[in-house]
Amino acid sequence: MSPAPARPLAIRLQACAKTFDTGVRALEPVDLAIDAGETLVLLGPSGCGKTTTLRLIAGLERPDAGGKVFFDERDVTRESIEKRNVGMVFQSYALFPNMTVAENVSYGLRIRKVQAPELRARVTEMLSMMRIEALADRRIDQLSGGQRQRVALARALAVQPRALLLDEPLTSLDAQLRETLRVEINLLLRRLGITTIYVTHDQTEAMALGDRIIVMSHGRVAQAGTPREIYHQPASAFVADFIGTMNRLQGEVKGGRFLCAAGTLPWAGGADGVRELLFRPEDVRLADEGEDADLSGTIAAAFFVGDRTRLFVEVSGSQLVVDSPARCSLQIGQPVRLRVDSRGLLAL
Amino acid sequence: MDTRKFLFGLQLAFTLAVCAFLVVPVVMSMLAGLTANYLTGLSSGLTLRWVIEVWTGYRDTIFLSIGISVACLAITLLLGVPTAYLLARSRNRMARFIEELLVLPVAMPGLATALALIVTYGVYRGFRTSWTFILVGHVLFTLAFMVRSVLAVLSAIDLKTLEEGAASLGAGLRQRFFHIVLPNCRNGILAGSLMVVTLSMGEFNMTWLLHTPYTKTLPVGLADAYASLRLETGSAYTLIFFLMVIPLLLGLQALSRPRPSRFRGDDELNPEKLP
Repeated sequence: MSPAPARPLAIRLQACAKTFDTGVRALEPVDLAIDAGETLVLLGPSGCGKTTTLRLIAGLERPDAGGKVFFDERDVTRESIEKRNVGMVFQSYALFPNMTVAENVSYGLRIRKVQAPELRARVTEMLSMMRIEALADRRIDQLSGGQRQRVALARALAVQPRALLLDEPLTSLDAQLRETLRVEINLLLRRLGITTIYVTHDQTEAMALGDRIIVMSHGRVAQAGTPREIYHQPASAFVADFIGTMNRLQGEVKGGRFLCAAGTLPWAGGADGVRELLFRPEDVRLADEGEDADLSGTIAAAFFVGDRTRLFVEVSGSQLVVDSPARCSLQIGQPVRLRVDSRGLLAL
Repeated sequence: MDTRKFLFGLQLAFTLAVCAFLVVPVVMSMLAGLTANYLTGLSSGLTLRWVIEVWTGYRDTIFLSIGISVACLAITLLLGVPTAYLLARSRNRMARFIEELLVLPVAMPGLATALALIVTYGVYRGFRTSWTFILVGHVLFTLAFMVRSVLAVLSAIDLKTLEEGAASLGAGLRQRFFHIVLPNCRNGILAGSLMVVTLSMGEFNMTWLLHTPYTKTLPVGLADAYASLRLETGSAYTLIFFLMVIPLLLGLQALSRPRPSRFRGDDELNPEKLP
């Protein structure tokens, strides 16, 4: 085993589908390429096939006939997980309760028959990297959730895997800890430059960690792209709704303008006809005094969330979400005028 | 306040009475084994005569019982632990069926099982007259207890994910079984062993039919002693049985107690509570 991290691995799935023994089709044929050193997030609601995809890459599941998994140019479809040299972190961490923290971290090295001096050095290095040196001799049931998470990462990385696979690693932690660890994992992955596949149903996590995000739905890839692409140019209504909050407005396009009961918006894209326009809460604001407004409506609800006030505005039968500064005091039922940033308008 | 004290006293008295009801016969029986003449009572004096008599007359049954229960334990460990592991891995209808099938010899009267064994294998004289014939009956009877207690522990932990974790670190099937599965079902194995050894040691129903005059076990010998010898001899026999079984029970009980924790609290990395 070389002291330097192994060269990052490119992973490719070719027409990988998965049907379980029960007859349930978890994954439709999927083609997927993960570049060497990239962090790819598989995002989607439960049952969308994201974990199945991860398990196919790991070697914990075999694809249906015809599907192939490539590590670099090598076909590993028939190889079991033991041979693939991938580091895996599970939602439940899967730490061995019969071993101490240090024994857990060194397990993969002991399996590889790494000699004692090197093994000790590597375990120390991993524990200090995850800042858990003090926990080395503890048993697993003496650790908190966040500590377990760190041990799981240290254990997975100790064997210098060619890729790191994380299955909802932060889901069982509370919100504050989740955020701390998210930042930490992000820094770690950038530093290591290891090919990483990260499964989550949490869009914030996906946005923060992913070089690229694959949004999945019903066993299919709904969209693949950078976090910005996914957020600003959602390919479908599903993606638009799943990532962040999206406002929808029904109306009619006529001669470069979008007309609805509450007002008009400039709209240059597409032919005339009945349309639905979409835009994000941050692309709409309350119009200033004397300023021209695009839409008018009434306040249905207002929630103060600290850094801003989130308004729900009733506009011609639909409810729009509007983010406004924290220090505005508005009454429910009060009429308001809205301005929409036309750069944020989308039609699907 | 006084009513509460009275009620407490009443409950205590009742509990002690129930304890006495259960414990006194045991003490009486053990004392009887040490009394010179039970009909005269303790005034006749204490003696080890009966114990020595039993030891000289029935020593073989004691050794045979120990031998059979140890052999029975070895076989149920070798068969039962892997069976439980396989059953835990495949929780389908077939696994359920096998699980129920294993309990059948426990549900059936021991005499019926013994008769079935004699009818089927009685013709093989060498086997019929050897102690292994009794051993087969004991294994049939006790296997379910080993499988069940190991299975209970294996079902309580997320074995599948633990194994997947080990596999992702490069561990093959054998390594996973010895490094992960076995150590984590240690308590189930100990509990099962306790059951198997004590059940085998005390088994009478089946053994009564399976034994030959040359393969008497301790309980069979005990019945023999009660039926044909003095009451004091029988009681002395019971005393020896207790002396053998109780240390065994205490020892296994101590082994199966969870290890005490060495650290607690001082969670410097985050304040979140353990699940």
